[in-house]
Amino acid sequence: MDFGFTTAAYVVAAVLFILSLGGLSGQESAKRAVWYGIVGMGLAVIATLLGPGEGRWLLSLVLILGGGFVGYVVAQRVQMTEMPQLVAAMHSLVGLAAVFVGFNAHLELVRVLAMDEVMRKSLEGFAALLAKKDGVEIAILRVELFLGVFIGAVTFTGSVIAYGKLAGKVDTAATKLPGGHMLNAGAAGLSLICLIWYFNSGGFFPLFIMTLAALFIGYHLIMGIGGADMPVVVSMLNSYSGWAAAAIGFSLGNDLLIVVGALVGSSGAILSYIMCKAMNRSFISVILGGFGGPAGEQMAVEGEQIAIEADGVAATLNEADSVIIIPGYGMAVAQAQQGVAELVRKLRAQGKNVRFAIHPVAGRLPGHMNVLLAEAKVPYDIVMEMDEINDDFPSTDVAIVIGSNDIVNPAAQEDPNSPIAGMPVLECWKAKQVFVSKRGQGTGYSGIENPLFFKENTRMFYGDAKASLDKLLPMID
Amino acid sequence: MKIGTPKETFEGEARVAMTPASARDLQKLGHECVIETGAGAAAGFSNADYKEAGVEVVKTAAALWKAADVVAKVRAPSDAEVKRLRDGQTLISFFNPAGNTDLMEASARKGSTVIAMDMVPRISRAQKMDALSSMANIAGYRAVIEAGNNFGRFFTGQVTAAGKVPPAKVLVVGAGVAGLAAIGTSTSLGAITYAFDVRPEVAEQVESMGAEFVFLDFDEEQQDGSATGGYAAVSSPEFTAAQLAKFRELAPDMDIVITTALIPNREAPELWTEDMVKSMKPGSVIVDLAAEKGGNCKLTVMDEKIVTDNGVTIIGYTDFPSRMAAQASTLYATNIRHMMADLTPEKDGVINHDMEDDVIRGATITHKKEVTFPPPPPKIAAIAAAPKKEAPKELTAEEKRAAEVEAFKQETRNQVTMLAIGGALILAVGLVAPASFMQHFIVFVLAVFVGFQVIWGVAHSLHTPLMAVTNAISSIIILGALMQIGSGSFLVVLLAALSIFMAGINIFGGFLVTRRMLAMFQKS
Repeated sequence: MDFGFTTAAYVVAAVLFILSLGGLSGQESAKRAVWYGIVGMGLAVIATLLGPGEGRWLLSLVLILGGGFVGYVVAQRVQMTEMPQLVAAMHSLVGLAAVFVGFNAHLELVRVLAMDEVMRKSLEGFAALLAKKDGVEIAILRVELFLGVFIGAVTFTGSVIAYGKLAGKVDTAATKLPGGHMLNAGAAGLSLICLIWYFNSGGFFPLFIMTLAALFIGYHLIMGIGGADMPVVVSMLNSYSGWAAAAIGFSLGNDLLIVVGALVGSSGAILSYIMCKAMNRSFISVILGGFGGPAGEQMAVEGEQIAIEADGVAATLNEADSVIIIPGYGMAVAQAQQGVAELVRKLRAQGKNVRFAIHPVAGRLPGHMNVLLAEAKVPYDIVMEMDEINDDFPSTDVAIVIGSNDIVNPAAQEDPNSPIAGMPVLECWKAKQVFVSKRGQGTGYSGIENPLFFKENTRMFYGDAKASLDKLLPMID
Repeated sequence: MKIGTPKETFEGEARVAMTPASARDLQKLGHECVIETGAGAAAGFSNADYKEAGVEVVKTAAALWKAADVVAKVRAPSDAEVKRLRDGQTLISFFNPAGNTDLMEASARKGSTVIAMDMVPRISRAQKMDALSSMANIAGYRAVIEAGNNFGRFFTGQVTAAGKVPPAKVLVVGAGVAGLAAIGTSTSLGAITYAFDVRPEVAEQVESMGAEFVFLDFDEEQQDGSATGGYAAVSSPEFTAAQLAKFRELAPDMDIVITTALIPNREAPELWTEDMVKSMKPGSVIVDLAAEKGGNCKLTVMDEKIVTDNGVTIIGYTDFPSRMAAQASTLYATNIRHMMADLTPEKDGVINHDMEDDVIRGATITHKKEVTFPPPPPKIAAIAAAPKKEAPKELTAEEKRAAEVEAFKQETRNQVTMLAIGGALILAVGLVAPASFMQHFIVFVLAVFVGFQVIWGVAHSLHTPLMAVTNAISSIIILGALMQIGSGSFLVVLLAALSIFMAGINIFGGFLVTRRMLAMFQKS
């Protein structure tokens, strides 16, 4: 088929992808937007199969359908609480695919360069495209595919580790090999040397060395980042997978790859920025891992944590008029979203004003809590963002904190020496009564004492969130 | 310290200031407990119960007053009991210090500390020891029960085979603690309940209990009860007139009237006049909870039940809590226990009478041979003040304007700097790169730009679906693999095939999971 047709299809696909992302601005339009994405993808694949990817199209189709079947099964089976793992796992696939495609580009380039003029003329498909390039273009091509492989490799191992941490298969604590960031810097330096070497020689060896170094960087970088920073990591890897696609697009001279890669890359970058802003931390400090040391003596926490049983919580809830629920990662871990939704249904049936307050970094994935609550059929118009609801706490009877800790820590506002000082938090302590559902007395991920638990109007409802809710539910009438 | 409770000497008083349960709690504070034999009998607590709770039982009142460092009782002490007080001893009881000046002075001369449970200030922290409220609650409940006892009909309306019964109409005057308790009891028995109070802000509480608030047609600013510590104050003559007119209108319809209007340290106001009583139906019942202070109805006889000529029963009992001695004792003993807990902050059995503490200072009427009544106003306002907080500095209009201009300038500077650097970089690339590269580069830069513009509009709640979608579409890398699979060596084909397979997983998995998620988002 004509090259012009492929380009036209790519233009339509690019527009559809942009509409697909833009449609996510609202819950209703999003349902339409996802179809734009699907159609765009279908169009792009079909146009490529008919155009530049004509050779072995049957094999391609079989492979796509085979992969599609696996993807279908995974998508149907995945629990909503496992969303972060799934997203990380899918990023790793994109990263690996980018590495492979980059290698292929290199292999083809070597093959084409070894040919003489006559043979080059007889080439088809991708190789023919390479054959037309002149000296400078080939140099640039090398840089592009080198970058594509580098980013792809970092994305691959990074995502695998992120997956392991999110799925609980790798220790979630921040761990570093001896040498710390020096190792990363060393690996990056090695990659740079390999780039120059590759640029001049065009051999496979420097490319291979660099791939190993990049794989190591991805592994070590993410190992050094703790569980609570995962929203940033996942969105950062999302961004990387986009940049990898864009870099490969450059080396293949494919504009659609470039456009989509840039879209995904900037989307991930913005998400990372939003997450960092929500934690009041710089991107660099998240990536380099761990919290910085406290700037001075932290305020001592006075008072005691007062426990309460289910009947006490139920009695207060039965009397309250307005309730705000603040879910966190603990709710996801305990799979308590159904119980929470049931509680909300019962309370709303009594005519109470029940809403959810969602902190941007609650959970392990941007928007994680929203998805869990949606799964439990909580209507999205009672699920509020932090800025929408923070001023309503003083006029609220009961705030229920379920499995969140740092995002409701008043030390962020009260103690300038706290490691999380200045981080925007949900001011739930201003409610008349606060219940905290928590497994035990320990501190949160950051290891910071939470003065909220010691406040006079706070009662601790100890126990696994799901078990606690099961106890509580029959008492709400 | 030894805490002792004597048998109440006031005739007919059945309550007791210590129960076996409260004694156990007091012992946890490090105190010892002692009780006069038979003190709890009328409230249903036997000597054996007390002994089991570790309370020493002594034979006579004299022995008890001698043994105890702290004497807790219900009624104000009699003259004889005051004589038994000694230097350093603490007495906790109801006292009515404004009306019992002589007794108070006598106690002060003895050198004993007297804590009047009826003087506990009405602040949130002291609610747990607010014995007036706990007794009023019982009085309100019992008032309805007594009224029902003397009322010849059902409270609730019924349609039976034997005919239709209209529901009783109950009017509760004064919606304090007793009034609200009476409203709650009356509505739960099924009566149609009306309530009146001079403080219009309690209308909401009244309605929350299921009664109808009686509003007056009265324009003048009605008083704000919170200014007087939550108690009612004296009303203006015009207001009183409007109020009486309303009651006169209601009187013929009412079956049961419960009056609870009291003003601290004054005689009870007359609210239910003789002509109102006359206009009521025979068989109607009036329960006057203000009988002790002269009654809200002038026909009321204190401590007695009378029937008027037109057949209206007027109950003037003053011992409603005592009539429910077991319940009243339990609540009162708990109030006392909380007071002791505040007096022994270290839980070591040593009393620290902290006159700086608002609650303790407010309730103490004699201390160290001096009369300390009336107390100074509490340091904390009745309605808890907002926690101290530095008010953010108010910016003037000019300052705000200046700040805005400054922010705008800063933004412009940042933007221009970014554009200059970005532009310079692109130009630098353009100097060395060939035209074919620049064509793609333009596409790239524009796509990044579009991406940034579009993604800012994505709703926070849809960030997870956004990641799933971007994930699916980043599998666009499949195009590269598709282009490569057709050409070259076996290795190239293998790597390309693997890439296509993985991208296939991603495309289908990503879009499907997004659709699953989005389908779950629904409006209520």
